[in-house]
Formats: sequence, C-alpha cells, structure tokens
Amino acid sequence: MRFIFKTEYNQDITLAKHGGHVFWYSLLAIFLVLAPWALPEYWLAQMTFVLIYAVVGLGLMLLAGFTGLFSLGHAAFLGVGAYTQAVMVNAGVPFPLALVCAGVFSAIAGVIVGLPALRVKGIYLGMATLAFGFIVEEGMARWESVTGGNAGLMVTYPKLGGWTLDSTEEFYFLCLLVTVGATLAIVNLLRSSTGRAFVAIRDSEISAQSMGIHLARYKTLSFALSAALAGIGGALYAHKIQFLSPEQFSIIQSIDLLLMVVIGGLGSIHGAFLGAIFLIVMPQLIALGKDFLPAAIGGAAGLQGTVYGMVLIAFVLFEPMGLYGRWLKVRTWFQLFPFYRRGLFKRQKSFQKSDRLK
Amino acid sequence: MSKQRVNMTRKNQEETGVQLLQLLISGVAQGCIYGLIALGFVLIYKATETVSFAQGDLMMVGAFSGLAAMTLLGFPFWIAVPAAIVAMGIFGVLLERLVIRPILGQPAFSIVMLTIGVGYVLRGLITMIPDVGTDTHTMPVPYAGEVLRLGGLVIAAEQMVVIGATGILCLGLFAMFKYSKLGIAMQAASQNQLAAYYMGIPVKRINGLVWGLAAGVAAVAGLLLAPITFVHANMGFIGLKAFPAAVVGGFGSLPGAIVGGLVIGIVESLSGFYLPEGFKDIAPYIVVLLMLVLKPNGLFGEKLRKKV
Repeated sequence: MRFIFKTEYNQDITLAKHGGHVFWYSLLAIFLVLAPWALPEYWLAQMTFVLIYAVVGLGLMLLAGFTGLFSLGHAAFLGVGAYTQAVMVNAGVPFPLALVCAGVFSAIAGVIVGLPALRVKGIYLGMATLAFGFIVEEGMARWESVTGGNAGLMVTYPKLGGWTLDSTEEFYFLCLLVTVGATLAIVNLLRSSTGRAFVAIRDSEISAQSMGIHLARYKTLSFALSAALAGIGGALYAHKIQFLSPEQFSIIQSIDLLLMVVIGGLGSIHGAFLGAIFLIVMPQLIALGKDFLPAAIGGAAGLQGTVYGMVLIAFVLFEPMGLYGRWLKVRTWFQLFPFYRRGLFKRQKSFQKSDRLK
Repeated sequence: MSKQRVNMTRKNQEETGVQLLQLLISGVAQGCIYGLIALGFVLIYKATETVSFAQGDLMMVGAFSGLAAMTLLGFPFWIAVPAAIVAMGIFGVLLERLVIRPILGQPAFSIVMLTIGVGYVLRGLITMIPDVGTDTHTMPVPYAGEVLRLGGLVIAAEQMVVIGATGILCLGLFAMFKYSKLGIAMQAASQNQLAAYYMGIPVKRINGLVWGLAAGVAAVAGLLLAPITFVHANMGFIGLKAFPAAVVGGFGSLPGAIVGGLVIGIVESLSGFYLPEGFKDIAPYIVVLLMLVLKPNGLFGEKLRKKV
C-alpha cells in the first residue's frame, strides 16, 4: 500500500500525485519520444492511428464517460473535422490554422446537435445524434463541389510555410503533440469546476440542477468540447488516411468509437487510450489468429464482426468498467496482497436510477 | 383546342392522382415493415426499459431461418413461416435469459452496448456460413411477382401481403394485450414492476417472453420484407430506419410504433419522388429531428416528469 504524506498545499493540485506517477509517466514519455527510432515504420504508423483515435476517444469520453450523454453520431463530427482540414489544406492554408478551424467547425456542429439534445434525454438523445450522423453523412456524399462526393477527396501533406510534414516520423510527432495537449487539457478541465459540473450531471441531473448547475449550458459545452476534439482527431485522420470518402464516417464508425470508449472503460481518461489501442490492435490480432483457425472459419468475412461483438458482450457482462477497470483490479490485488476481497469492486445494481416514474 | 386542353389537364390530374396513390401504397407497405421492427423496440423498451439495437439483425436472422426452412429443410411455405417465427421466438427468450438478464439493473447504456454486440455477432455469424452468408437470396414465396390491377393502379402482391399481415398481426397483438392474462400481465409489468411482482406476476419470466415476442415480430417483419428486397446479411440495417419510426410514435406506445412506421414509410416514399435525389434516405431522420425539437415525446408518448 502507498500512503501519501501531504506536507504542502500544492500537493493537492499537482498532476503527478506520487513518485510512482512521475516514474511511469516519464518512462512512457521517453518511449513515445524514442518510438520513431525504436519501432519499424509499420508499427509507428499504427501508433499514429492509436494517438489519433485517442484524441477522438478523449472527446467521446468527456461526453459519454463524464457527462453521461451518449452520442451515436460521433463519426459526423470526425467527418466535419476531416473534410474541413482536407479542403483548407488543399487550398493552401497552413495546417495549424486548418486544425483550429476543423476543431471550431466541429464544435459549432456539436452545439447545433446539442440544442435539440437539451430537450431530450437518454434514448431520445441517442436517436437525435444518430439522425444527425446520417444527415451529415448524406450531406458529405451530396455536396460534391466541396467534398468530392462518393468519388472521394485526396488530402495533401500538412504544410507550414516551406516545410512539409511528409514522413511518417514527422507526422507521428505532430499527432503526439496534439494528443499530449488534448490529454492535459482534458485532465485539467476535469479538475476544474466545469469538469466537476459535468460529472455531477452524469451522476444525477436533478441533484446537479438543484446545486445550481445550469444544465443547458454545461450540456452544450460538453457537446461542443467533445465535438471539437473529434474534429481535431478527424483532421489528423484526414492526413493519415490521405483519402476521404463519406462512408468512412458512417454509423459503423460511430459504433466503433462507442465500442472504443466502452471497452477502454467509461469514465476514465486511461480508458480512451486503452480503447484506442484495442481498436487498432484487435484487427491485427484477428489477422494473426486466422492462421491458427481452420480455413472455413479463419477465411470467413464475418469473423472480425463476430469477434468484436463477442468481446463487447463479454466486457459489458463481466467487466463493465472496461480495460481500465480490469487494470485497477489487478493493481489493487497487488497493492493489497494478500488482503484483496472478491467483493471489493462489486457492482451496485442501480434499479433506482430508472427513468420510470412509478 | 381549349376543350382538348381541358381534357389533357384532367387526364394529367388523374395520372398524378394515381401516381400519388401508388406512392402512398408503396410507402404504407414499407412503413408497415418499419412499424413492425419499431414494435419490437417498443415492446422491449416497455418491458426492460432498454433499447435493443439487435432488432434489425433479429429480423435478418428471421428471414434467413425462413429461407433455411423452405430451401434446406424443404418445408412448404405455410409451415416454414410459422416455424421460422416460433424458432425466432424461442431464440429471443434464450437471448434474454443468457445475455440480457444477468445485467438487468445496470445503466441502460450497458444494455444498449450489449445489444449492439449481439447484433454484430448475429451478422458476423450469418456472414460466416460458407457459401450462404455472403450471397443474396430470393425467398421463394408463392405470391412472388403477382400484381393486382385496379384501374390505373398497379399493386404488387408482396405489398398487399405486407399490409394485410401487419394489420392481422396488430389486431392479434391488440387482442392479446387487451384480453389475455399474459398480455395484461405484460402491461402490468411494464407499468410498475414492483407492484406487478407483488401481485404474483413473475416479472423476470414475463420479460423473457416479451423478448421472445419481439423476436417473433422481427421474424414476421423479415419474412414480409424478404420477397421485396431479397435476403442478405446486411438487411438488418433497415432497423436503423425503424428508430425514427419508434421515436415519432413515442417510444413507449405500441400503436404509436405502427403509426410512426407508416409516417416514416410515406414520407420516405413521397420524398423519393418529389424531392431531389438523396433526400429519400435522410427524410426519416429529418422528420425525427423535427419531431424531437417540436414534440419530444412523440405523437402518442406520455408527457411525464420525474418528481424528486
């Protein structure tokens, strides 16, 4: 067990609570910085994808994990960001400016969705975001003069003045920078009164309201921030994939994003990263596992969907806190050894949280 | 000259009238399918307060099991259809028992994710069946390709069957919920589980049966849709258009689901003809967004607010 002795007030607000944090996060930082030299190019590209999805995941985590609002149309924000970036960079705008615009446009889209969403709750909100997602996808396919429609749109390399980020390494560092910035922003946001208000809304809207939290304002803000992060992620995604078409931002993508935060662990920042790693590594594992399966199963087209579905079912049934929850349990087991009890993380049944009135 | 023109306009008007009627009928037929899937959502929502995203995929499995009963087992049409429906009903009950019941009482979103997972697995497993899963199949129904001519109107037999079967099913469900003991118990359990439990209603078993009923209704929808759009592994995506239907009708109302389905079907059919290309696919979603802004509880939903 670790006991933290507090000798200074500043200890309460430092991000690294103890030496363990400092040690492990420094190690992680060193690994991430040295990765371009340590890893083969293929894996570096995969890591870039992990970072991009982590940025999107952070946004969705803020909305779903910390504000308790579920969006079934998050791919739409991703798409708005991606197309904004693509169109602006292709027109010769320096990429930092385009990145900011991508975030801002997505945030505006988020506010637009957030407005009807304020009147509705739970499943109706899901429906509103789902509907929005479909409309945006169709819009991307039909607005051919800007988006290139179903034929797709090529994206050039990010450019700043005379400097072009056209190598895997340079782009990896750009993604790393954005990801670290986004993570620090979210971590700090959650420590502020705004973040506390989000969590209060998630835990009980009625009590949050009676504590004087302006529901409409905070929900819209949460939507806007979440959409902005998704948009920035989308902008990076556009550069990474270099070819955009509307079906990349369909309901399947939205569900994948949700799957990412649920499997990563709702309500934890680590969860966004673990989920992103899962989302990128899983297809590779399936591809590896195919060789060991009989050809009839290994070669079938539906294998990936089946495995995804089963993993999702298993997580919801047995580990609702996701990968991060499992890690917490393992860590606690070691910290408390031999005193870990089976019921330590027992789930509370929440029949009381019903929307039913009687 | 002018007389001729009057005749022309009259003829044109008649033609547009017939055309409109034709569009309405195809919209109603499509709407019935949406309504039936939405009915499944509403049944499950009322019983367990969760939304099943697997409904569209259950419909797809229902269509495939009907196909298997007809082609693989060689059943005649009139035995294959009830067999597929009953099989799906049993499958629904099992699904509830094995996957849904263990996490009842968890936040509603867990169950939504769970049903998304179930949908993935069902779609994946069907696709994995060698030679069958990835292909598109035609359902060999006895009424395939027949048309009924009524004046200038041409109605496909498939559409008539869809409308007729939906009507009969709705009457049957109405009678069941109104008069049978089981139906009344289901209503009671959906209104207040605790009180129903105190009255001696086995709420858990009732929930299982509701899932079975919803899966059965989904199978009916799949079998009705099969002759119109063919049977393939991705036909379940039509379930995503049934969500607007359920919302327009008010998520907690059974007649609302059917009415919502009809509204969505007709809007889709009309916008496909009168509006520019592309609007057909998103018209249902525009309707649902308007509905959520103007009347968030739907046409038939109750307006209630939780008291602290």
